[in-house]
Amino acid sequence: MSFTANCPICDAAIHLAADTIQGELLECPECGTELEVMSTEPIQLQEAPQEEEDWGE
Amino acid sequence: MRIGLLHSLIRKEEKLLIDAFRARSIEPVLIDDRKLIFSPGSDVFHLDALLERCINHSRALHALRLFESAGVRCINTSQVALVCGDKLLTTDALNRHGVPQPRVKIAFTEASALAAIEELGYPVVLKPAVGSWGRLLAKVNDRDAAEAILEHKTILGSYHHSIFYIQEYIEKQGRDIRSFVIGDECVAAIYRSSDHWITNTARGGVAENCPVTDELRDISLRAARAVGGGIVAIDLFETNAGYLVNEVNYTMEFKNSIETTGVDIPARIVDYVIRVAEGGGHG
Repeated sequence: MSFTANCPICDAAIHLAADTIQGELLECPECGTELEVMSTEPIQLQEAPQEEEDWGE
Repeated sequence: MRIGLLHSLIRKEEKLLIDAFRARSIEPVLIDDRKLIFSPGSDVFHLDALLERCINHSRALHALRLFESAGVRCINTSQVALVCGDKLLTTDALNRHGVPQPRVKIAFTEASALAAIEELGYPVVLKPAVGSWGRLLAKVNDRDAAEAILEHKTILGSYHHSIFYIQEYIEKQGRDIRSFVIGDECVAAIYRSSDHWITNTARGGVAENCPVTDELRDISLRAARAVGGGIVAIDLFETNAGYLVNEVNYTMEFKNSIETTGVDIPARIVDYVIRVAEGGGHG
């Protein structure tokens, strides 16, 4: 089973795998925006947070 | 067995780690650092171990400290996060353990930083003490550039840019090495190649497998021990005089290195975390 949702930026249809979890990062295949899965039931996508100064490894 | 996975965004690496835990019939307890509220002194966490996978250094460092104070075994420890998250502290730890690294100078004012740069000789690399992914690195080729960058850092930078970390520039022939250490094993290594002097894969560097020779294993394990052990990625330069350790990373990214090296890095990480959770050595 998989889910479908729409990109909040460009409205493209995005297919999500069945094991998608909250907090997961996705890239919209149409506009390339990085998206975060805010919830899985129902599927809600939001533009991912912007890089911060102390992000890294 | 209850193992916590401290995260914010779930990137490819965290997904692979979750899958690796599940392959060992462990459902990791996902802990989002954006939702955490600590009550220092009265926190109780029913966890046998915690694997830290935050993106923000500041959150990782402080959360690890509070989990440890509540009695949770953390990988990595807050001490490792402290040392690796600050290049000055990394340099100090490597020196204390006799691990070879490029020459470094530290200064606290524009004037003393300029004098330090001229003592080292051009070119040098100016790095923020806290930072990653090759961001805000500056290769300084002459005095004009040094003066301009030091002034910009002083006026435009946040307060921690007033700690000037100045490293000699190592001519690395277009590539450096990243090795992966888990406990007391150096499990894999990659070459990172780029036409640009910055070779981070986050900046477009291309990964290829690098054989783990005895010499590479030895310096990698020594560097890991110098910062406190655990799960770390070591960045190294090759020179005629042998390897030099450039940096040590404590929340390593590995998604581009699994196929490249043929090593199942997330499985190796998970096996180590399980050993720690069972009370095994925290190498």
